[in-house]
Parts: sequence; C-alpha cells; structure tokens
Amino acid sequence: MTDVKTRIDETVKASDVVLFMKGTKDMPQCGFSSRVAGVLNYIGVDYTDVNVLADEEIRAGIKDYSDWPTIPQLYVKGEFVGGCDIITEMTLSGELDGMFAENGVTFDKDAADKIREANG
Amino acid sequence: MPMQAQEIEDLLRESFPDAEIQVGGHDGVHMSAMVIDESFRGKNRVQQQRAVYAALKGKMDGANGDLHALALTTKAPE
Repeated sequence: MTDVKTRIDETVKASDVVLFMKGTKDMPQCGFSSRVAGVLNYIGVDYTDVNVLADEEIRAGIKDYSDWPTIPQLYVKGEFVGGCDIITEMTLSGELDGMFAENGVTFDKDAADKIREANG
Repeated sequence: MPMQAQEIEDLLRESFPDAEIQVGGHDGVHMSAMVIDESFRGKNRVQQQRAVYAALKGKMDGANGDLHALALTTKAPE
C-alpha cells in the first residue's frame, strides 16, 4: 500500500463516520459537500470531516482508494457508503437511518423524519 | 472542455446499449443523467454508479476532467 492509501485507511478507520469533502463541516466549499455535511449536521451525527482542498495528496488518493471519481465521499465503519446522490436518496428513503442504526451510530431520528416531511 | 448532453449520452450508450438514458443540464459542466438498465439489477447504488463512471472513461476525473459534476440516478427497470 502506498503512503497515501495508508493515511486514508487509518483515517477512515479512526472514526465511525468520516466525510471527505471540499471545505469543512462548518464551511463547506461546494454545493454537493454542503448538502451531505448539512444532512449529517442536521441529524446530529458525530463525524470526522476531511477537507480534501487542504491536502492535494488526499484529494487525488481518495479517488483511487474508493474507485470513485467525485467528492464528497461518506465512510461508515471504514466502508464506503456513497457520494452526494446516493446519500441524498438514502436520506429520503430512510436507508441512511437504517445504516446508522445497524452500525451503532447515534443520530436524531426526529430530525431525519423532518427532512423527509419537508421533502416528501 | 465542457461536454454536450449528446456526447454524454453517446458514451453511456456504448456501455449500456439497451438502457433508458436521459441526460439533463445545458451548461456542459453541471449535468445530470438517469440510467435505467437491466444490468443494475441486484447491484447496490455504489456498484451501479461505479459502472456509469467507468462508462464515462475518465471524463469525471476531478480538476482535469471535462465534467465538473454529474448528478446521477441509476436503477434497474421496474
């Protein structure tokens, strides 16, 4: 494994939920990153944000690591879950809640229901 | 270089000859695509969308890619 892969591997395994994004959870710098961070913030998930704009090696390396060409990328328990479109669909269908529940990730179910009510 | 909707559709058609394909958007940089194909049956969304990205042959490759953003919807036929 190359150095950057090792770094990414350690990062995704160091926290239950890790979001690779453009910008930070408090200041996203891309609409797609903002959308996913916004969902996680809103439903109260404790997650690690990795700003790929601050680290060119990670920005390039994460695409090979996941075999996925775009940012944001969400990882839960070290497993790649998806990008913006997948997370949006999973949020609205309730699959995201189910996945967090299965993995023992704490979140606010009422807030998640509110997102669905507002977008139903 | 930005891509026309037709170019995107043509690339997707090569990999998914029998799919229902709809490409939307008009600025050539922020586009959307829906691909409904039998080959997606039994695959999860990550696997489905990886297949679509593979069909686009590197057009999505970040700063140097032609497409900045492609909103994807993938599914198997009902």
